[in-house]
Amino acid sequence: MNPEPRLVEVRKNVLKQNDVLARALRERFRAAGVLAISLVSSPGSGKTAFLERTLTLLHTRYKVAALVGDLATENDAARLARSQAPVKQIITGTICHLEAAMVQNALEGWNLRDLDFLFIENVGNLVCPSSYDLGEDLRCVLLSVTEGEDKPLKYPTIFNSADVAIITKSDLAAAVEFDEALTRRNIQAVRPGIQVLKLSAKTGAGMSDFLEFLERLHPRSRAAAAVGK
Amino acid sequence: MHELSIAMSIVDLACEEAEMRGAPGVDVVYLKLGPLSGVVKEALLFSYEIACQQTPLEGSKLLIEEVPIVVNCPVCRERRSVQSIQSLCCATCGTPTPEILEGRELMVTAMELRQ
Repeated sequence: MNPEPRLVEVRKNVLKQNDVLARALRERFRAAGVLAISLVSSPGSGKTAFLERTLTLLHTRYKVAALVGDLATENDAARLARSQAPVKQIITGTICHLEAAMVQNALEGWNLRDLDFLFIENVGNLVCPSSYDLGEDLRCVLLSVTEGEDKPLKYPTIFNSADVAIITKSDLAAAVEFDEALTRRNIQAVRPGIQVLKLSAKTGAGMSDFLEFLERLHPRSRAAAAVGK
Repeated sequence: MHELSIAMSIVDLACEEAEMRGAPGVDVVYLKLGPLSGVVKEALLFSYEIACQQTPLEGSKLLIEEVPIVVNCPVCRERRSVQSIQSLCCATCGTPTPEILEGRELMVTAMELRQ
């Protein structure tokens, strides 16, 4: 018997457990015909207000639900429940991001086939969530006009991991002298080609563009488009 | 700061691999780290020591190889480096390049086992 060599090749992803769970979730979402959308941003950029508005608007036409991550409180779930959509809070304790296992556990008891859209609001944090795949179909990174135009340059990794960037609180843009062109340039510098939407959850401006964007991405509308070809 | 939980995942992975190969412990873990992994090298090294405590990896070293971002430039039609992580443009021709080939690595590539 040969002795085991001292130096051994391994080649394994450190987050393989999370990646495996995320892949299984993505497959479950696909099989159930639900579009899963995650939201990431810094604390206070307006994720919950945006989600509340989105759920309220979609609720009349689609079956929607949301999971919301928070370090310590259930305040967000209570707020979002006003939209009438089913909402579950994931309290992460000291953990600064959501992981696929937390999403999987939170989905217990929900039949995904009953849903059209599932939203997953991550913990407010522009660093840690970038490393963890949650199985979502679409990752939205939010940036409010009050945050500073250079945020994409300061946190390139999270912007690079996103599929769409959303500029929020557009109703405050003039008051804070927000430079939209510069912000868009910075977003494109760290994630070339990404779609950028601008909206205000407060006034509702730009919300219909976002909803149309989601509806186009939904597996059923994609299937309908394919049939129509 | 999520490097502690990443470090714990590295320790779990290395323990599992060592056990599978019948080694009593590990001296060195080799890790490939890309700038787009979202993990900071210094914070990871600090966390690694803590994560190793009271495990077969106690006293082991984490050797991190930082690898650059490599993109597929649509104009050059070649593997290219980028200007910087703040400017994902081909370092050769300046074209914005969304297609990332390498740079997200967070991978244990090898280990030195204790005999």
